[in-house]
Amino acid sequence: MDWVIEARELTKTYIMGEFEVQALRGVSFTVSRGEIVSIMGPSGSGKSTMMNTIGCLDRPTSGEYILDGESVAQMNDDQLASVRNRKIGFVFQSFNLLSRLTALGNVELPLRYAGLAQGRRERAQKALEAVGLSDRMSHRPYELSGGQQQRVAVARALVNNPAIIMADEPTGNLDSKVGKEIMSLLLSLNKELGTTLIIVTHDPKIAEQTQRIIRLKDGELDTIEEGKGGAE
Amino acid sequence: MSFTQAIFEALESLNGNKMRSGLTVLGIVIGVAAVIAMLAVGNGAQASITGSISSIGTNLLFVFSGSPNQEGPPGSGGRSGQNERPLTLGDANALLDQFAAPSVEMVAPAIQGNGLLNFSSEKTTTSISGVTPEYYQVRNLELTEGEFINQEHILGRMSVVVLGPETAITLFGHADGVVGEVIRIEGQPFRIIGVLVARGGGAFGSEDNAAYIPFTTAQARLIKRSTRDQVDVIFVQATTAEAVPTAVEEISSIIRQRHRTPVGLDDFTVFTQQDFLSIFSQITGVLTIFLGGIAGISLLVGGIGIMNIMLVSVTERTKEIGLRKALGARKRDILLQFLTESSLLSMIGGVIGIIFGWVIARIVEQVATATGNTFVPIVGMDAVLLSTGFSAIIGLFFGIYPASRAANLEPVEALRYE
Repeated sequence: MDWVIEARELTKTYIMGEFEVQALRGVSFTVSRGEIVSIMGPSGSGKSTMMNTIGCLDRPTSGEYILDGESVAQMNDDQLASVRNRKIGFVFQSFNLLSRLTALGNVELPLRYAGLAQGRRERAQKALEAVGLSDRMSHRPYELSGGQQQRVAVARALVNNPAIIMADEPTGNLDSKVGKEIMSLLLSLNKELGTTLIIVTHDPKIAEQTQRIIRLKDGELDTIEEGKGGAE
Repeated sequence: MSFTQAIFEALESLNGNKMRSGLTVLGIVIGVAAVIAMLAVGNGAQASITGSISSIGTNLLFVFSGSPNQEGPPGSGGRSGQNERPLTLGDANALLDQFAAPSVEMVAPAIQGNGLLNFSSEKTTTSISGVTPEYYQVRNLELTEGEFINQEHILGRMSVVVLGPETAITLFGHADGVVGEVIRIEGQPFRIIGVLVARGGGAFGSEDNAAYIPFTTAQARLIKRSTRDQVDVIFVQATTAEAVPTAVEEISSIIRQRHRTPVGLDDFTVFTQQDFLSIFSQITGVLTIFLGGIAGISLLVGGIGIMNIMLVSVTERTKEIGLRKALGARKRDILLQFLTESSLLSMIGGVIGIIFGWVIARIVEQVATATGNTFVPIVGMDAVLLSTGFSAIIGLFFGIYPASRAANLEPVEALRYE
């Protein structure tokens, strides 16, 4: 199989004063390329830790994590930054756009950190076109609706052609109609570009649109069930 | 991320908070302006004093009575100098010996005091010098009208006076057409025979505000000294500027011989223009450092202002930093971003401060001119470089801590920050 994510016995222990909190207690799973996976679980289940680890924002305490062929568990901060830049696109619940920059500027940001000197503008424009915002490129975030802001965020996530897109409650701050639009945008991008999509959510309606649902409980893998998404 | 991009982004970010950036810059502006203005004033003072000392002539020497070191020679009676012999006319004449003092061109003994001058109801107190005709040449004086004291006046102990232009204006309201008028000095009538050309302020008070009378007249009637023949100062003109050091040696050995003082226990002092220059440049140098130091403190305070604002900015933008890291910014990208911002703040402040400091220096000049002093503050290239360099360093130094705090934020923590 062509795994884009291979996680083996991931553990994460936080030391809070005198206490050790085990947020992950040996989680193993794989995600194949182009798959749509959702991660669910109640709060305190290790869901956030899981997302931070998969998103290379944090290192596991132990275990092996191979992302798109690179073992990232032992990498230093700058190496992780580079992996995030090249292989991961983030979509956050609260959009996290920089208000000083235009939509285009926000989408260009990952390309800047990639050290790309030329063609940034063109690539950013293409990404914005792909999310249907070709007429909003020079608008600043506060001039855009919530749905449009999240589209900018999606464009920013895919501008570097990442191996995976990590979406953390991507519809959480949107009303249901706009939320649906964002979901269908993500799904269609997955279909068109073949980008692996990982959605962290507590909304069952979102989860059932994915192909697989990974449920966490008390820092351990609870169940993995098939979703209804991408069946055709 | 390239450097020009970093600058562009920093400008964007500073522009996004104009009020705050402006106030932070103001701290540096005031600091740099103060440094520039203070150094300019200090340098100006130095140049003005050096200039006025130079104007008295490079080959001029002064001989005073009294030991060069304040304590006086041991057993000589200390600083009161009771055992010291005063300088006399005999000493002055001895310096004219062509064989013992070949480097001496001309000698002008003088006695000096203060006196009340009046012309009808106008009165003024000014310095009065009893001088010989040589004084005119030794001191490079010029007359606007009339003549200077000559040998005839000396021999006749005549009651004639040459006025400085300022004194003439004080008494008459104008400096021309006063020759032939009679004024009273300490109640005694003196006929004006000449008025000098204005020279501007000198190192020893204004020479424009003075009255010169024949040496013998002063000695006999105005300035009483314990010994007859006593003189206060002997002005000596060396043959050339290069001959000044030899002239010092010759003068010293002649007077030592006449006063019978051993070497090192002199009861007189020979001063050259160089001595004055070095004393005054030492004084103004200390003054400049002092002023610059005070100004430097305000620059330092400006730097602390930058640090303060950058720390606030880092805290405020924690989430932005987290996001940038999530998008692939490395530590040094973040470091560069914040360092660029703080350096830009201080550099902008530096540039404005230089302009501002220059304006202040010009205002000081205007005020000085308006109050009748010729004093030109000098904004030196060194001061400009010093303060720009210093402000850039301050921007970097006080930016490093906030920037490294930003760079070392954990992406997970930073993203969670609200």
